[in-house]
Amino acid sequence: MEDLARLASKRKNLVLRERTLRSVRRFFRERGFLEVATPLVNPCLIPEDHIHPFETEAGFLLPSPEIHMKRFLAAGYDRVFQVGPCFRKGERGEQHLPEFTMLEWYRAREDYRALTDDCELLLRAVSQDLFGRTGIEYRGASIDLSPPWERMTVREAFLEHAGWDPLEDEDPTKFEQDLTERVVPALDRGKPVFLLDFPAYEASLARKKAADPRAAERIELFAGGLELANGFSELTDPEEQRQRFEETNEGRRTRGEAVYPLPDKFLAFLADVPPSAGIALGIDRLVMLFAGASHVDEVIALAPEDL
Amino acid sequence: MYEAADLRKGLKIQIEGEPYILTDFSFVKPGKGQALYKCKLKNLITGSQFDRTFRSGDRFEQADLDEQEMEFLYQEGTQYCFMNTSSYEQVHMEEEQVGDAKNYLTDNVKVSVSFFQAKPMAINLPTFVELKVVKAAPGVKGDTATGATKPVTMETGYEIQVPLFIEEGETLRLDTRTGQYVSRTKE
Repeated sequence: MEDLARLASKRKNLVLRERTLRSVRRFFRERGFLEVATPLVNPCLIPEDHIHPFETEAGFLLPSPEIHMKRFLAAGYDRVFQVGPCFRKGERGEQHLPEFTMLEWYRAREDYRALTDDCELLLRAVSQDLFGRTGIEYRGASIDLSPPWERMTVREAFLEHAGWDPLEDEDPTKFEQDLTERVVPALDRGKPVFLLDFPAYEASLARKKAADPRAAERIELFAGGLELANGFSELTDPEEQRQRFEETNEGRRTRGEAVYPLPDKFLAFLADVPPSAGIALGIDRLVMLFAGASHVDEVIALAPEDL
Repeated sequence: MYEAADLRKGLKIQIEGEPYILTDFSFVKPGKGQALYKCKLKNLITGSQFDRTFRSGDRFEQADLDEQEMEFLYQEGTQYCFMNTSSYEQVHMEEEQVGDAKNYLTDNVKVSVSFFQAKPMAINLPTFVELKVVKAAPGVKGDTATGATKPVTMETGYEIQVPLFIEEGETLRLDTRTGQYVSRTKE
């Protein structure tokens, strides 16, 4: 009874979700992106420090499609996107689901600056499609989605809001805690904000900056306190990538976590990936933003606890 | 032993020999970063509260508590009296220890009480309870879809927001985790 009443009460947000997805797809099709679909069950993974996969008899459930998306770039596809489910064990909270919906798009022969432009245009287009305007209300605050949005380096943001330089001191634990507790809450809420140039130790798949290799060309997009998207200028050097994967696995081993075999095919075709940029945007959080939802459960039909 | 992933609101853990209950909990994780488990902890002995952030890899002992089924007898001032349903032994708890559970205590209701070193520490409620509405402003007909609400008073004195169609004398199902209205019970 309660389950049905809860599902019935979500109709408005589920309609908004469907319209958001339609708008997102139209945005990319109009710009010459090909929508692709790739397997959810996989024999190997990209090693990640803090993403834990579901392991099934058939293989790993996909934690992110990037392992496949870069293969399209290597095969000569210049613009591809995908919308689909991703799986991450143990992630459950107000903004987290162990099974969530992710949008990823990739551009060959561009770098991460093109992704910031895409984000600005995408959110503006979706907001226009949904409401006919670019001003939205999120949890009591007005957000203006019209471009341009502020681009702030991670170093600037940390010096201003956390009082230390994350490029000087390599401390991932302190970095991640201060990012969520001090930096993100202090970002301007009137417009979305990009943080760019993350410390290289926080960006194992991103290209290092030529001018300062302590930083990597990684961006994150925040709006209304929500972490919406994460993208890079892709690291395409197979040797450097292999070495960084091995460092990641070494960290997992030290912490007593499962270590998985390296994705050899991925490393093999990486040499054929042209200079590219790719980004992942959480669809559930995008819908939260437009629906004014404070909990992710408000914008999905069924939560894990409903099953 | 509990792991960080087991943490949730209401869980009781032991830190340096003392029992704590998680009165609030949130999971925070930067996309590529480490998960943080932000907790509000209440010491079940002293009642003192504090915030603490845990990380994956942290381990916790289960609080060494003894659960007993008790019947709620009466309230006098700030004291709540319960009786063990098998030994008929009576114990008193302070309003502070009873906490939000007081919103759901009707005469003779049976609840589970956690004891630490033979002292009652906390009340464990079922997830859903049914209570009668004793006071409600008149309802507005027809308006069931907009999500508008009005305040009502339950038989325990607890005031909550409910849909406009709820009337005095009805029995409602409440979720004790959120303190909110769930549904009307079937007649």
